[in-house]
Amino acid sequence: MDTAIENPPTDAAATDLLEPAEAAVTTDDLVVEELLVEEVSIDGMCGVY
Amino acid sequence: MPVDLDAPYTLDPQVSLRPERFGALAYHFGNRKLSFLKHPDLVAVVESLDGTGSLRASLVAVGVDERRWPTFVTALNTLEASEMICIRSERPEVDGARA
Amino acid sequence: MPAPDSLLAPQPPTATRPLVEEFRSGLDAPICLTWEITYACNLACVHCLSSSGRRDPRELTTAQAKDVIDELERLQVFYVNIGGGEPMLRTDFFEIVDHAVDHHVGVKFSTNGTYIDDAAAERLASMDYLDIQVSLDGADATVNDLVRGEGSHAAAMAAMERLARADFGPFKISLVVTRHNVDQLGEFKRIADDFGAQLRVTRLRPSGRGADSWHDLHPTQDQQRQLYHWLIDRPDVLTGDSFFHLSALGDPLPGLNLCGAGRVVCLIDPVGDVYACPFVIHDEFRAGNVLDPGGFTDVWRRSELFTSLREPESPGACASCGSYDACQGGCMASKFFVGLDLTDPDPECVKGAAEPLLAAIANGGSTGLIPTPSLDHSRPGVPVPAPVRLRRK
Repeated sequence: MDTAIENPPTDAAATDLLEPAEAAVTTDDLVVEELLVEEVSIDGMCGVY
Repeated sequence: MPVDLDAPYTLDPQVSLRPERFGALAYHFGNRKLSFLKHPDLVAVVESLDGTGSLRASLVAVGVDERRWPTFVTALNTLEASEMICIRSERPEVDGARA
Repeated sequence: MPAPDSLLAPQPPTATRPLVEEFRSGLDAPICLTWEITYACNLACVHCLSSSGRRDPRELTTAQAKDVIDELERLQVFYVNIGGGEPMLRTDFFEIVDHAVDHHVGVKFSTNGTYIDDAAAERLASMDYLDIQVSLDGADATVNDLVRGEGSHAAAMAAMERLARADFGPFKISLVVTRHNVDQLGEFKRIADDFGAQLRVTRLRPSGRGADSWHDLHPTQDQQRQLYHWLIDRPDVLTGDSFFHLSALGDPLPGLNLCGAGRVVCLIDPVGDVYACPFVIHDEFRAGNVLDPGGFTDVWRRSELFTSLREPESPGACASCGSYDACQGGCMASKFFVGLDLTDPDPECVKGAAEPLLAAIANGGSTGLIPTPSLDHSRPGVPVPAPVRLRRK
């Protein structure tokens, strides 16, 4: 990535007055996502023999 | 093999992509693998592959925030490893089994 | 670089739900389903879940079968497990299978192998998007034929040898785990390995003709533990998520560990009736018929039965048990056909929670409470396998 995003989302401005942990959660939500692809076996579904 | 952000990709013609309320299901008729794409933005990226010149361009076209790109790259690597997406040859595609 | 107002992207990142929760509430179409295309069968297996034998005169026609496939294609159902009875007994068997694979519906078909001659093996080997599952319930004829009938072991082995000669590629061998074949799991694995085939083990349910022999055939608690540990050590052995009730024994077995009936899978029977799964061929679990005005789609999406199956379940009698999350209370087919309530524990609950209830049913002589299959296509007068009692070694 060539440019970093300098300014946090506008919400963060409003969270200045909140606990640091809460502000961190708002920013982190954007970045830290769970796995977006989950693989499952098509042979692993009960009700098909 | 990890994806190359600057290469053009395509959904393998043997893959059936089925939209769901949480994203999409992708089933590969050849290797019988079943994957869940768990966010609509990821589905949008995959659906946009044929129309852009690179993965990077697809991510930008869909408007995925760059801070989310690591998560998306991980997802795309998983899809590449299960042969769901592959580097697109620029020759005309032969019609495959895709619905 | 995206403009500031697209920082949150077209849709904000949301905490994704675990897959199994998405499945629990049902999807707009099945992922796959079992399609029994005929009740006709040349065998008379003791435990047949569909009580097969005689063809039903109301069997779907070839045209109706193709219409079903076309609808499954529209729904993007990814594959069908074609079974029966013996599916190869339909004279249009290849026509149906060809139509499916030509219309983006993958096929796996389950067969006893009797009709896989060299010509059929060659034809099958030439087809794409086709998987075969050969049924075998004993590693040798002594154990197998007791359940499936004289000559059935030999027929299955011959079929597999023909598939190998025709270079079909990997196929599946499927066994129903019984009291008599649990000790043969290693031999089954060797047979599968020799053929380059995948081994699949599946749970015996008291469904169809299985109701009569279930009490003698189902594995004991010790054998369930034996099976569980064997499976945990072999993640390459398929189970079709058939043993999720055993996940209460420790680490969950591979698979969704979820009853998929009416949620992600279902059964279409030879006359077009739609049931929650192949183990509950009974009016209580019949959702509709593919020939109904709205077709299969309407039955899947709007039937009362499937709608209710997709509602959150209450643990019922299992509420105070710490294992409910692992076992989901077990299999509704197993409960239903032994006369238990759907809120009761699974009859083979690994903690023995169902023992008192089963004893009460046995002692109370409550045969009136035990559901019998609504349909019985068994062939009267056909020699059935010998009574299922093996001398223990």
